[in-house]
Amino acid sequence: MTLVAEPHPVATDPTMPSERSGQRAGSAFAPPAPPVDARVNPHLRLVDGKERVLHPKPSGRPDPTAHLSAADIEALGRELDAIRQTVMDSRGADDAAYIRKVIAFNRYLELTSRAILLFSLFPPAWLVGTAGLSVAKIIDNMELGHNILHGQWDWMRDPKIHSTTWEWDHVTPAAQWKESHNETHHTYTNVLGRDNDLGYGIMRVDADQPWHLANLGQPLYSFINALFFEWGIASYDLKLHDVITGKMPREESKPRVDAMLTKMRRQVLKDYLIHPLLSGPSFFPTMGANFVATIIRNLWSNGVILCGHFPFGVDTFAYDSIEGETRGEWYVRQMLGSANISGGWLVHFMSGNLSHQIEHHLFPDLPSNRYAQVAPQVREICQRYGLHYVTGSYPRQLASAWAKVFVYALPDKEPDRSRGQIVASAVKDAFVAGKAKRAAKRAAKLA
Amino acid sequence: MPADTLDVINPLRPGADPLAGRIERIHLETADAATVFIKPGADWSGHIPGQYLRFGIDIGGVRQWRTYSLTSRLDRPDGLLTITTKAIPDGLVSNHVVRDLRPGTLVHLGQAEGDFVLPTARPDKVLFLTGGSGITPVMGMLRNHIAELPDVVMIHSAPTARDVIFATELRELAATGLMRLVELHTDTDGMLDLAVDLDRLVPDWREREVWACGPAGMLDACETHWSTAELRERLHVERFRTHLHAAGEGGTVTFTKTGTIVEADGGRPILEVAEEAGMLMPHGCRMGICYQCVLPLRDGAVRDLRTGEVTYAAPGDGVAIQTCVSAAAGACEIEH
Repeated sequence: MTLVAEPHPVATDPTMPSERSGQRAGSAFAPPAPPVDARVNPHLRLVDGKERVLHPKPSGRPDPTAHLSAADIEALGRELDAIRQTVMDSRGADDAAYIRKVIAFNRYLELTSRAILLFSLFPPAWLVGTAGLSVAKIIDNMELGHNILHGQWDWMRDPKIHSTTWEWDHVTPAAQWKESHNETHHTYTNVLGRDNDLGYGIMRVDADQPWHLANLGQPLYSFINALFFEWGIASYDLKLHDVITGKMPREESKPRVDAMLTKMRRQVLKDYLIHPLLSGPSFFPTMGANFVATIIRNLWSNGVILCGHFPFGVDTFAYDSIEGETRGEWYVRQMLGSANISGGWLVHFMSGNLSHQIEHHLFPDLPSNRYAQVAPQVREICQRYGLHYVTGSYPRQLASAWAKVFVYALPDKEPDRSRGQIVASAVKDAFVAGKAKRAAKRAAKLA
Repeated sequence: MPADTLDVINPLRPGADPLAGRIERIHLETADAATVFIKPGADWSGHIPGQYLRFGIDIGGVRQWRTYSLTSRLDRPDGLLTITTKAIPDGLVSNHVVRDLRPGTLVHLGQAEGDFVLPTARPDKVLFLTGGSGITPVMGMLRNHIAELPDVVMIHSAPTARDVIFATELRELAATGLMRLVELHTDTDGMLDLAVDLDRLVPDWREREVWACGPAGMLDACETHWSTAELRERLHVERFRTHLHAAGEGGTVTFTKTGTIVEADGGRPILEVAEEAGMLMPHGCRMGICYQCVLPLRDGAVRDLRTGEVTYAAPGDGVAIQTCVSAAAGACEIEH
């Protein structure tokens, strides 16, 4: 290698160009440890000849992959890689036209609905406007926001339809959502103790999650969370608990809180002040319409998301199961840890194609309009390898997910104690602990 | 109302970002060259003949940016801009524009750029030296300023008579006496040899202000010729293609803001490698002239693919590099 130019004047080490230019590892140019990729690195390629290590869970439930050899799993990985590549290679003008059409449709729908709501004093206008706005908010969050923020459309190199620039009709800023969703949830899907989406930190949805007395109230929390889902997600993305308890350092939490508050203010102003003000005498009906549309969007998207990982039949994975996980194993975990919703075109569209949750988790950056195309192939692979493919209608899957919320509100039966006895003793423990705490407080006061 | 809703309704509106344009019609100039008529968005702020613009078009769903010289008259009543492109072998955009582009297509535009223009004090004697599609910026000058230039000689090279873009118009200008045209058809006449031909074709070439645009080899020859004659300052050159040298070392490129890490080989621009890794990179001409792709190199070394020049940065530096012509010459960190 010949070097033509003089070293950059700021480069203080005069030997740098000739001495170090050929080196890689350990040179001054070596990049710092990558924060994200280091974690997923073993996932980047398929590995042959690796011994399978099964990681049993505390509950001792059977491992649904126990019948597969390491070679089976890598073969399965190769098949899935091939499916993905076929779609990636065939992305083109039709796909681009699809997403632009959805965006244009959604913008017109929102605009028309908001225009109709300017006359929302008139009940039919309120009804039509609210319905239209609800649909627009759903499409904005599901088929557009979620998928664009996944980078499904980054390949178009359109800076307006890009994961780094897109913003959505949601109180969470896109950047924070991408972190908790794309990075944490999609990497650690259904790994106990790592994927916070397993119950969002407020619910117990798996036998291998520990039961606490507070879980008794989870059907209520879950319902409130569904109604105000957007705010639930925001506090979750913000890591509100870590911010309040000071677990997150202030220099990290401050910009997060600021960005969140800015976004929240914008959303609230738009829906509950500016749009109502524009409506003049229809101020309060329009404000109500925005509130109702937001609640409808919340309930719908919460339902779709519950159906994605909570229905019975979906698997969870032991905390240490992902150490040294290969790409093939990652694929298997994504398939077994997700559930689909069956139905017609409208269900798929309105769910942002998260009805193809299994396919989405296998290929998070595949354009959403293509999941339907790969679904039969994925299902066939599952069948051939003897793996379950959980799917069902929206009402059925939603009922199943909610059933779990109720079932796991209670502790699991133990050999020597009934559920009732466990709850009773937990109540007693809590009472005793509370009493001791109060006594300690009193003693501290007296002292 | 959110800006993106307004852009959906009218992409050519004032304030639309990025600036858009609509293809109004396409006119075939030769078998493989076409002129495209573009209605620019409301924020188009005009151009000086000889300048180029960045032109972004979606092909197969993917946005591609290129630069093209503007050839339109400034006083067009319809306000349309024109660019002319020649389909080159394996040229993704040029072939698409010449063969598949349809009126009504929405494209994306940058504002006019470049200093390959005539000075406001028009020179008395001018020589235009052009080859192939290098005629385009000069055509922009001729169409707008020929009447202000008292003495113009043009030497234009093209493989055959049929390949001459704007042939009719050029020959008319010559016929009406507004300029002297030397048309070289290189398939039969051979290539222009400046050392031999120039004295014969344009005996007073030393007195002329020269604007040259064409293939890299021709421009290199021009630079040598006018430098040797110690008249380099008279020569104005517009380059439209980078010529790449042998591959270097390559290395790991770390993008510090996005956390993306790519393995770049030493023979390819970092911009391309990063885009293939799915990154959205600032980019423009892809040939090192528009400085749209400049990013700070925080640490490491890159090599300029055109010159072989290596640029170094130690931690804490922020050396602006053009990612479209820079390849990794070892591990580097780029702020993006």
